[in-house]
Amino acid sequence: MLKLFKKRRIRGGVHAEEHKASTSGQPIAVDFPLPKKLYIPLQQHVGKAAEPVVRVGDRVLKGQLLAHSQGMISAPVHASSSGMIVDINDYPAPHPSALPIRTVVLETDGEDKWLEQPLAGDPFQLDPEEISLLVGAAGIVGLGGAAFPSAVKLNLGRKNKIHTLLINGGECEPYLTCDDRLMQERAVEIIDGIRLMLHGMETGQAIVGIEDNKPAAYQAMQDASLPYPFIKVEQVPTRYPMGWDRQLIRYLTGNEVPAGGRSADVGVIMHNVGTAYSVHKAIRLNQPLINRVVTVAGGAVALPMNIEVPIGTLISELFAFCGVDQDATQRIVMGGPMMGDALPHSNLPIVKASSGILALTRKEIRSTAQQPCIRCAQCVSACPAGLLPLDMANRIRNNQLDAAVDIGLKDCISCGSCSYVCPSNIPLVHYFKYATGELVARQQAQHKSEQTKRLIDDRNARIARIKKQQEEEEEARLAAKAERERLKNEQGTLA
Amino acid sequence: MIATKKLSSGAHTGTNVTVQRIMWQVILAITPATALGLFYFGWPAVNLFIITILSAILFEAFCLRLAGKVAISAILDGSALLTGWLVAMTLPPWAPWWIGVAGSGVAIILGKQVYGGLGQNLFNPAMLARVALLISFPIEMTTWANVAPINSSHAPNFSESWSITFSGLDTMAPIDAITGATTLGFVKTEFSQKHLLPDILADYSLFFDFLGWTRGSLGETSALLLGLGGLWLIRQGVIKWHIPVSLLLTVTVLSGFFHLMDSHHYLTPLVHLNSGALMCVAFFIATDYVTSPNTPAGQLVFGMGCGLLIFVIRTWGAYPEGAGFAVLLMNAATPLIDHYIKPRIYGRYRNGKPLEPKTVEQERKS
Repeated sequence: MLKLFKKRRIRGGVHAEEHKASTSGQPIAVDFPLPKKLYIPLQQHVGKAAEPVVRVGDRVLKGQLLAHSQGMISAPVHASSSGMIVDINDYPAPHPSALPIRTVVLETDGEDKWLEQPLAGDPFQLDPEEISLLVGAAGIVGLGGAAFPSAVKLNLGRKNKIHTLLINGGECEPYLTCDDRLMQERAVEIIDGIRLMLHGMETGQAIVGIEDNKPAAYQAMQDASLPYPFIKVEQVPTRYPMGWDRQLIRYLTGNEVPAGGRSADVGVIMHNVGTAYSVHKAIRLNQPLINRVVTVAGGAVALPMNIEVPIGTLISELFAFCGVDQDATQRIVMGGPMMGDALPHSNLPIVKASSGILALTRKEIRSTAQQPCIRCAQCVSACPAGLLPLDMANRIRNNQLDAAVDIGLKDCISCGSCSYVCPSNIPLVHYFKYATGELVARQQAQHKSEQTKRLIDDRNARIARIKKQQEEEEEARLAAKAERERLKNEQGTLA
Repeated sequence: MIATKKLSSGAHTGTNVTVQRIMWQVILAITPATALGLFYFGWPAVNLFIITILSAILFEAFCLRLAGKVAISAILDGSALLTGWLVAMTLPPWAPWWIGVAGSGVAIILGKQVYGGLGQNLFNPAMLARVALLISFPIEMTTWANVAPINSSHAPNFSESWSITFSGLDTMAPIDAITGATTLGFVKTEFSQKHLLPDILADYSLFFDFLGWTRGSLGETSALLLGLGGLWLIRQGVIKWHIPVSLLLTVTVLSGFFHLMDSHHYLTPLVHLNSGALMCVAFFIATDYVTSPNTPAGQLVFGMGCGLLIFVIRTWGAYPEGAGFAVLLMNAATPLIDHYIKPRIYGRYRNGKPLEPKTVEQERKS
């Protein structure tokens, strides 16, 4: 009883307006016309950018490797269709800054011809390490939005004696329904992907958590998991941010991940349902991660839908297809409205982590003016991490960044719950992100000045050493000279 | 290509709750009790009410202009209106006009704007005004008009009301016929003459008191309407239950305990709950966001502190009603409460240290 009580705990969070109905009922559209040009960034993941293995002018087939991964944490990038490489250069990244990153531009030939590769045979006969390698080679990253290379997590699972693989089907962000649709339509494939991941991690059981506002997805997943008693599908309450890994871990397993630790510390690793689906495609069909389901929604979208598009498709083309009203669009968001990134314009490509693209109207983005904090503490109630957003923001505003760290700035997960509920419309998360970035910058500056100081000290020591050496040499030389003189004199006297 | 300006971090959407909306919801919640008070105490109360609110808004505008801020948008947030309204509710209904003006001045200028305006003040402005007036003008602040509803036979007519508000009650004779003591004040004086409770409260009607048919502050007499307004605010999610419940419960438990010990010298909890500013303070003053703690646990402590102080001052203090003092004292303690009572951060112990990870073996055992 006590355990049951302990297990079912959710703290904080908000019940955000869902806005999911416009897309959750219709099937995933697969009729997106192949774009003429695809802009495939070489860094679509956490870690090091991939290194191109193709050159301008090369012809490539769909699924062919464009760039291989670099170092421990990285992921390769593949051609999303067949065609010719026309440019490898810096293009704006789908990020609020739109800073340029290295991108492969692929001019499609319209044939969409796959690269023929032999299948590996029964994957359950393979070594678990082999599964990780295949997943890594397919360029799979966490599709929930974090874009962490999945193979690294599978390896971590093998090394850390993970007892449970958690599959995040929460999709707690408003508007987004891509995971919901995926579970409704491709549950069998997802379950297969989960089985493959379990094999790859040498883990015994998996729990899929699905928010209870998705009964159809829950039913489909339940049915698909029936033959496999070690895969449990559970409903979780609809409350943002249920999809925060630590919230879901605490809810489903009762364990709390220590601050500064990893979920592996409590014997759990979490993957997204989209990731499981990609693992299935990579291992069963030999298809690397070259397309994904994207939710296109928001008030300015005439035809909101979930649509499967090749990685590298420009958002502007997606918007044209879905009939986005340019004039009504006040903000473009990649991801969900709570944690997603606002994009400066739509000439940016869809990447592996793009779960949704929202075109929000003025009405939707809350344009009321910022007002003073009235200490209503709604943010305190909403914070799932147990922080005091109002006090942190206050300290940051007074440039007391270290004081903000003292009350938990580093435990902030930027989930946006506080900003969402704030009646004064204070951009709290913006403060926290600013402070975190500023602290890193200061740390780097301090590191640099320490480095400089060390170099100067080294130089001074070196000069002193050389000087001392020279003096010693001089002394020795003088001594030798004196000795020679003496010998000479002795010889002189002898003669 | 669509280009948008003004980027910011999430959340990109939000609730439709605004500061303005919160202020208006509180105003709506105190409207029934105020309306009843205005009706019971007639035109002098209406005059005082309007003067107090208008002067609060004018003081606010003046301060904002002085600070070089745009006055109109800050006035539209409704906070000055609410402050003025709360000050008016706590005044004796037939107090002269300058009491209302002085009250609003203290509340807005000393209570709020000198700290930097909305959200910055340490003390609840309305209670600060009430206490300042009570200490400075004890006569005016303890002259309680009899209930005389508008258009009733005892009620002052419009011109008499005018002279009550602008020339003072002295022009009305005989003054003793139209004023008297509040229940708590009456009990206090009778105690000083060594009378015992059963005699003192022989004429007391709990029922009339509950409906607000009793001498008292302009908007504080009806425990029923104030309580209903407060419950509505809790339902609307504007205030949380922690402060009102802990405050009222503390007063009830303490007064109940002492009443059981000695029913001749200690009032029953029912009289306590019905009298004075208790209901108004519990739901609308102590729950002021700016001057109360941020966490539910802190709010419980705050509410208990207020309740304890109210009971102590009422029972053993020199003043018959201690709500204003109690709230101010607890306001002063709020930063301390917030310093010591903080939520536990995910993944950490209360002291801020990271949790020890439970090993798989330990977990199997448990």
